[in-house]
Amino acid sequence: MKPETMKPEARVDIELEVNGATRTVRDVDPRMTAADLIREVLRLKGTRVGCEHGVCGACTILVDGVSTRSCITYAAQLNGRSVLTVEGLSLMAGELHPLQEAFMRHHGLQCGFCTAGMLLTSYELLSEAHEVSPTEIRDVLSGNLCRCTGYQGIVDAVVDADQNWER
Amino acid sequence: MKPARFQYVAPRTVEEAIGVLTRYGDGCKLLAGGQSLGPLLNLRLATPDVLVDLERIDELAAPPSRVDSVLRIPAMTRQRSLELSPIVRTHVPLLSDALPFVAHRTIRNRGTIGGSLAHADPSAELPAVALACGAAIVIQGPTGQRRVSAEAFFQGYFTTALYPDEVVVAVEFPAAVARQGSSWVEFAPRRGDFAIVGAAAVVQLSPHGTVASCRLAYSGVSDRPWRDETSESRLVGEYPSPQVFDRIADSFAERCEPIGDLSGSAVYRKGLVRHLTAAVLASACRQATEDQ
Repeated sequence: MKPETMKPEARVDIELEVNGATRTVRDVDPRMTAADLIREVLRLKGTRVGCEHGVCGACTILVDGVSTRSCITYAAQLNGRSVLTVEGLSLMAGELHPLQEAFMRHHGLQCGFCTAGMLLTSYELLSEAHEVSPTEIRDVLSGNLCRCTGYQGIVDAVVDADQNWER
Repeated sequence: MKPARFQYVAPRTVEEAIGVLTRYGDGCKLLAGGQSLGPLLNLRLATPDVLVDLERIDELAAPPSRVDSVLRIPAMTRQRSLELSPIVRTHVPLLSDALPFVAHRTIRNRGTIGGSLAHADPSAELPAVALACGAAIVIQGPTGQRRVSAEAFFQGYFTTALYPDEVVVAVEFPAAVARQGSSWVEFAPRRGDFAIVGAAAVVQLSPHGTVASCRLAYSGVSDRPWRDETSESRLVGEYPSPQVFDRIADSFAERCEPIGDLSGSAVYRKGLVRHLTAAVLASACRQATEDQ
């Protein structure tokens, strides 16, 4: 017997883990972006939405530990996944995360709009690798646009965090 | 920048996905990694009625496996995992070399090989790599599986041999053999941007050190990844040398018919073809020589 065809849904229920806590969200329009879910439904406003079509990197979050652009990921895709946003970084560390401390020390931000994305992209990099060269940092951060700093402070901050973050 | 309304379904098997495609037809769009489709949805250049998410289909994300002389890569394999894969490095080094040029790491975390090929952007790296390698695209539809060569798969701008009720399930690359060298080079204005032109080469040397066969494929010079067998045949039988590479580069540059756009005129692209051909041949032949 042929299996019954699966039915596409106009509304979805999702359960996900956000910064360590389980969250259930019911009756979501599946076209809602992950960024909007995080900001507007879960009310975590640290994730910024810049270009809204996957170019600027400001909305970067980690999904199951992997950096992901939340503006081109849809809420329904997060069902069963574990999400880390910038709020989770400081929760993890108690106060500011060592990466955040380093960004502060090195003036790795001015307006702050790109910062959450910069932090999470750097967090992924430094979670995987030690003694990362400035060239590799620039390569990895090339997907995150900053219009204020000229990047030097950001690269310096990541180099610093690489040395000072116990991990 | 919000997608138009769509319905969502996340099948668990390829059969279920094909069932949905058969039932809902042309209004469906398959979602793989979403790194090209996401922007198209948000800009409302794509407005499907039904989004069919392939991410929950385990069989499409199995690890790459070698079967005889072929490396089979399931369609939903992430570009980032291919980039780091030792088995890919061993058997399809061209793929390993080209992947770091695909967008940015965060994009490659999500982007898939099947998605990139099915999207068929003529400026993208992976379609040109698949063509240069002589890869086959494994497609499944309501009546079973079929294999389509990269040549036949890419049919124009964002257009492939895929029917609306079919899914790309895997890509099969011929495994590299002895005295073979390959290389990817491209010119992009900024790191991670689409290259204006990119070039892939796979060169096979004879035991005497002459070129036994070669395949070159380019991104950014046509409405699909582009090959020119006439120019390729001019390299066969030659000993690799800078003079030979320049002559072959002239042949490719002369014979390509790029379409100019805002990122580069046709003449400029021809110039890039000449420059990149000489570079990619030098690098591929060096590798083949070292592989004696």
